[in-house]
Amino acid sequence: MAMSNYRIQGETGEWEVVIGLEVHAQVTSQSKLFSGAATAFGAEPNSQVSLVDAAMPGMLPVLNGECIRQAVRTGIAVGAQINKWSRFDRKNYFYADLPQGYQISQLYHPIVGEGEIEVILDDKDPEGSTKTIGIERIHVEQDAGKLMHDQHPTMSYVDLNRSGVALMEIVSRPDMRSPIEAGAYLAKLRQILRYVGSCDGNMDQGSMRADVNVSVRRPSEPFGTRTETKNVNSVRFVMAVVESEARRQVDLIEDGGTVVQETRLYDPDKNETRSMRSKEDAHDYRYFPDPDLLPLVLADSFVDECRASLPELPDAKRHRYETALGLSAYDAAQLTLEVETYQQFEEMLAAVVAESGKDQRDVAKRVANWILSERPGVLRSAGVAVDHPKNTPAANVALIVAVSEGVISGGKAKEILQAYLTTDTDLTAEIASNKQTSDTGAIEAVIAKVLADNADKVEQYKAGKEALFGFFVGQTMKAMQGKANPAVVNDLLKKVLG
Amino acid sequence: MSIDTATVARIASLARLKVTEAELEAMVPELNGILAWVEQLGEVDVTGIEPMTAVIENALRLRADVIGADPLTGGGIRDQVLANAPAAEHGFFGVPKVIE
Repeated sequence: MAMSNYRIQGETGEWEVVIGLEVHAQVTSQSKLFSGAATAFGAEPNSQVSLVDAAMPGMLPVLNGECIRQAVRTGIAVGAQINKWSRFDRKNYFYADLPQGYQISQLYHPIVGEGEIEVILDDKDPEGSTKTIGIERIHVEQDAGKLMHDQHPTMSYVDLNRSGVALMEIVSRPDMRSPIEAGAYLAKLRQILRYVGSCDGNMDQGSMRADVNVSVRRPSEPFGTRTETKNVNSVRFVMAVVESEARRQVDLIEDGGTVVQETRLYDPDKNETRSMRSKEDAHDYRYFPDPDLLPLVLADSFVDECRASLPELPDAKRHRYETALGLSAYDAAQLTLEVETYQQFEEMLAAVVAESGKDQRDVAKRVANWILSERPGVLRSAGVAVDHPKNTPAANVALIVAVSEGVISGGKAKEILQAYLTTDTDLTAEIASNKQTSDTGAIEAVIAKVLADNADKVEQYKAGKEALFGFFVGQTMKAMQGKANPAVVNDLLKKVLG
Repeated sequence: MSIDTATVARIASLARLKVTEAELEAMVPELNGILAWVEQLGEVDVTGIEPMTAVIENALRLRADVIGADPLTGGGIRDQVLANAPAAEHGFFGVPKVIE
């Protein structure tokens, strides 16, 4: 396990930062946690509010089984203990976005107990830079509504569409010691949630928000007093909050001040946190068991079904790509980062295997390169998005198969894809008309001409300027309009040039 | 357990209740009386007894994840939801400005 050596240089010496994250993840569900109102993002204000969500008198909460199922699946995915007996509590406070006057949450008996996840701290070295971060608990609770302050001179507007939507609050242990570790933890959590399908992970729509707890201390001394920066909505901002808040605390302490345990807000424009003093006196939530809700008791069969429904998770998939497909640790990590990427990789790999009849180990590297480096290059130079309608798996598979069977060169495949995406060309015809030749006679003739035309360079090469070999390959390929088999060109050139 | 005037004032403030000084003073003995009465339950020995959550043994029922399965607890009723609001504009509730 890698030890962090991230230190803040103060005037009086080095400081270590201690970080814990509370991540609120919106549970993927059609309807809300305790009502039948819809959860879709971006609807007209207050159009997805039931009488339950508006806290009208006499309304009673009825628990959504799907939200519980997703919380349990998430718990299993982070290796956590599932509590078969849990309970809902009321967290009491007054705010305009909370019509009930309390949030239904789980303080004393959360549905998921302790687990852990392993994060990668250096993308370039996915094997050698991991750290295990503990998860203390996951509980299920209601989201609040949304307030808008800038629409009216004297009023705030309230939209309760989000009120009552199910959240999972995922609480980490204070195990992180640097901005990179905090960022990696949030990214890994998002990846796991997206694999599991329990949260869409759309951070810009607020589907995942982190409360960032930061304190500083002298290395190996007891924890200092922490502050909590609320509602940070991107990996980058979490890292920025850790950096700026740790700096602020060190400066404060070294100037003779004391860190106050308080809630803060992050201002991305100024890259600083500021105190939310007005909420301080409200921090007495007077939790008590919600008398409207019985304890939640899960049957073994329910938990077993949740477990059986989980897909292959990121770590297992990455490991399998390395061992069963022979991919590098880096490629395996890149391909498994996003759900869409691995799905496309697996779909294309299966199709290439089926069409070429080759073993998946023999073509996996080619498909991986195509997805991770060659195709992105083509998309960039064509100015086309990855979801372009013509950028289909079938088209890409046809090109990869053609290359792997030696029909066209890799360079030609990229040219053909670019032409196919940006002009009205027929893919099959393009592949057919760009067939490369391995006809040694024809290639030798061209090589002879290239060498004759560049006699000066041949002299230089023979005098030791070996870098010119690539030039001869390039000239030969160019003279043959890219249709010569590069491997054959290389072999023949080596022979001729001795 | 007994509480003083400051505690009652704090509870009132947390509950956003406006209570005059005179009312506070009157409430202290009243609340203490209630607490003392409830405290009699402490005389019962409950060692080894599981807390009871319902008179009839029962567990929480789970609902299917369906939008508006019961029309009484579904959305799409903005006019009804806003009907009692002191101020409603453009489909929003309007409240006195609250801003951090």
